[in-house]
Amino acid sequence: MTQFDLIVFLALLSAGYVFGRYNEHRHFRSIQEREQAMRELLVFSERFPPPQEKPVDCVLVVGSCVVAFDYFKNFVAGLRNLFGGRLTSYETLLERARREALLRMKQEAADLGATMIVNVKIETSSISGESANQGGSVEVMAYGTALVPRQP
Amino acid sequence: MIITNIEIIPGRRVIRHLGMVTGSTVRAKHAGKDIMAGFKNIFGGELTAYTELMQEAREEAMQRMVAQAKAIGANAVINVRFATSSITAGAAELFVYGTAVVLEEPAA
Repeated sequence: MTQFDLIVFLALLSAGYVFGRYNEHRHFRSIQEREQAMRELLVFSERFPPPQEKPVDCVLVVGSCVVAFDYFKNFVAGLRNLFGGRLTSYETLLERARREALLRMKQEAADLGATMIVNVKIETSSISGESANQGGSVEVMAYGTALVPRQP
Repeated sequence: MIITNIEIIPGRRVIRHLGMVTGSTVRAKHAGKDIMAGFKNIFGGELTAYTELMQEAREEAMQRMVAQAKAIGANAVINVRFATSSITAGAAELFVYGTAVVLEEPAA
């Protein structure tokens, strides 16, 4: 490895660390704010809707989010793979993607005027890069049935 | 057309069951966006291009499923499920399936 390669590697690593942390911090803060704003909308993974007093409409709502690994996380996870253990750097990433997908689903339901979402399913799939060390991204999709009270 | 992922619709009765309907699509993003995604792999963050890609794919797949359901005379698709898989770098398959049924008309 030449000196130039080392410099590029270190630059990528620090860029990943700085921007990755900044992005993550900002994202978590915005997730928390929006979760607070949408506390009224209830989400269940129950298969059947609870008995309704008023007539409701059922609408399928979906939310999805694709999040990329940053260079630093990728590197740390690579090191972790040598020793085993929890990959905390990926855990936070998946948490972000999942909460974001759920929020987008909730937003869609809220726009319709729904009171609750039942039978929520979360689907995760990884979209990998061309090679193993190039990193990749993870897609999370959340979907469920929004119950919208019918207007008289 | 009612599309839902629960098995019963509150207040409506299933009068005919027409079997499974499916819809799928495989989509790829153009190279420019792939390069941008490569940059994102350094800094992390959301890949909006891919999120859009998946959204388009989902709509397309659902349209195909709905077209199939309409063709066999259904007025609702219940118990809808999504499945995704990546085929090669930059391409993703989206598969959606559900049960086509005929629902009783709502009591006025």
